[in-house]
Amino acid sequence: MTDQTTPGGPASPEGPIQSSAADLQLDHDDLAMMPFEEQLHSPRLPRQVPVWLGAAALVVGAGLLSIGAGIALSIVAAWLTFALSLSIVSRIREGARKSKDRLATLLVTTAFVVALLPLVALLWQVFSKGAPVVDSTFLTSSMRNVVGEGGGIYHALWGTVLVTAMATVMSVPIGLLTAIYLVEYSNGRLGRAITFLVDVMTGIPSIVAGLFAYALFAIFFGPGVRMGFGGAVALSVLMIPLVVRSGEEMLKLVPHDLREASYALGVPKWRTISKVVMPTALAGIVTGITIAIARVIGETAPLLIICGATDSTNFNLFSGRMMTLPVYIFNQYKNPGIPASASVDRAWGAAFVLTVIVMALSLVARLVSHYFSPKTRA
Amino acid sequence: MTTQTQADAPHAPRRAGDRLFKGLTTAAGIVILVTLAGVGVFLTVEAIPALTASHDDLLEAIPGSATLAGYTARLVFGTALAAALALLIAMPLSIGVALFISHYAPRRLAWPLGYLIDLLAAIPSVVYGLWGIFFLAPRMTPIYAWLEDHLGFLPFFKGPASVTGRTILTAGIVLAIMVLPIATSLCREVFLQTPRLNEEAALALGATRWETVRLVVFPYARSGIVSAGMLGLGRALGETMAVALVLSVSNVVSFNLISSVNPNTIAANIALKFPESSGVAVNVLIATGLVLFVITFLINFAARAIVGRRDVAEAR
Repeated sequence: MTDQTTPGGPASPEGPIQSSAADLQLDHDDLAMMPFEEQLHSPRLPRQVPVWLGAAALVVGAGLLSIGAGIALSIVAAWLTFALSLSIVSRIREGARKSKDRLATLLVTTAFVVALLPLVALLWQVFSKGAPVVDSTFLTSSMRNVVGEGGGIYHALWGTVLVTAMATVMSVPIGLLTAIYLVEYSNGRLGRAITFLVDVMTGIPSIVAGLFAYALFAIFFGPGVRMGFGGAVALSVLMIPLVVRSGEEMLKLVPHDLREASYALGVPKWRTISKVVMPTALAGIVTGITIAIARVIGETAPLLIICGATDSTNFNLFSGRMMTLPVYIFNQYKNPGIPASASVDRAWGAAFVLTVIVMALSLVARLVSHYFSPKTRA
Repeated sequence: MTTQTQADAPHAPRRAGDRLFKGLTTAAGIVILVTLAGVGVFLTVEAIPALTASHDDLLEAIPGSATLAGYTARLVFGTALAAALALLIAMPLSIGVALFISHYAPRRLAWPLGYLIDLLAAIPSVVYGLWGIFFLAPRMTPIYAWLEDHLGFLPFFKGPASVTGRTILTAGIVLAIMVLPIATSLCREVFLQTPRLNEEAALALGATRWETVRLVVFPYARSGIVSAGMLGLGRALGETMAVALVLSVSNVVSFNLISSVNPNTIAANIALKFPESSGVAVNVLIATGLVLFVITFLINFAARAIVGRRDVAEAR
């Protein structure tokens, strides 16, 4: 540790200090060239050393695998070998600080890989188990009178589409108008209170939103109420803050010059907002709304409570139970038919369809923002 | 827009369209406030019958529990335990991931990598639940058996180890995966806000990258990390379906993380019981939901207040 040279430091017992002492008589140019070059160089591991150590770690892992250890154990062992050997070698050659730095880099990178593992495992499971289940029968038949095999998600698909569409129809106007209020009009306490509470509202647990919708409708329709519209209300509670936040951010991005140019031409404020500000921010707003839809379309808990579960197709949002895709998945697992494996297969199939819908929505959102947003800088 | 009248000023006249538009947008903002208040009010209204119910009614609604408070307290314990486990796993990981994206990954890769982590947030919770039962839980059983054998002297791993793997620890891991994206994105944001010059000064003084992170980035981001953790906690407390699917529950108070006898969480309990409940039982569930709402509201409130205070401090 103590023999470690800080970059440029004078404390090295090795060559550089001696040579610089000997060279003191030389003129400036020589002094600047030779010895400094060496002084500034703290010892470094050659680039290929980590590669060798990595290869060695792989050999250790492969060796463990070949004598019958599990895959996970082998990977962990290989990782430990690599981490330990690298930090020891680096400590000997480069000193403690560099060694810590290398270890930190390794840990941070590992954290990222570990975080990606569940994503990969989950997508692989959903696609490998769900994709084979999905065929035309699965998409076009409901669960009416189905006990064992067969049946499908037709009713749940329609329920999800209707409930989500209704939630969107309610959330988008409220959310966008609020965003406009916050960016264009608000000054003072009300605006700050709304901003703060919208942030807090994003943290409402989804099941509480469902209970709220139930409590609200139970007062008007009596206890035990189940209807699709209630689900839309619950989803709106979750969706409005998302729309407000993204809308607000997009409206703030619109340059002030545009607004002022419009005012200078004598255009009233509301026309300026609707004809100048909104069109400029449109791509961003559409992206935000699409992401919000993708977020709420997979919500299960509120719909389980207020929409209930049913085996038949119901197109009426205002009366009766309505099946939705997430609740369908939950229900197929929790209340399986006979044989249970058919239900589990259907659950995976529905999970596959739901995941594809969510992914497609987020992809569309990205594409819209990529291709249609105005360039902020000319 | 000033309050001067049309007659005495060269200002633009107040048009009906303007007033209407301003009224509309203000109304929308107020609708949000009313909704939030409504959540509290309607839940309270529906929870009152549970508070005033007779002892016999309660006993019928929640078998095995003497009082509503005791019933709720046990659920709160389970909720807190699951959320704490999730946070314990998720926070170090998300700080690492956020650091990787903000300071370690090549610039050009940062955006797509961030998108990958955001994808984790997009996957529906019920799909996580399904994955937790069929993929994660069976793979955890050997680990639980090992923990019982070697660390069984600790109260957390006392066993007997669950043979299905559907324990509170598994639920905590699934919750951690779901908390990760939100905590990561917040951490990433504050890490990126570290003043560039401070970082460059540290590097110029010869600090290694890790020293820069530890001495410049972390102190600057501390309050951001705290509030990221609290927002993650809010999410973990309220998460329903993953727990409802993964956990095999028996509503006990136990610190044993690997057995098949697990405490239940408020949200999962509601999801599991609500569809078959009627009468006072529904009101009891709504009362527990109200407790959950208050807890998460307070946590989110505090987290946002911390973030807000930071913004004010910076503006000065």
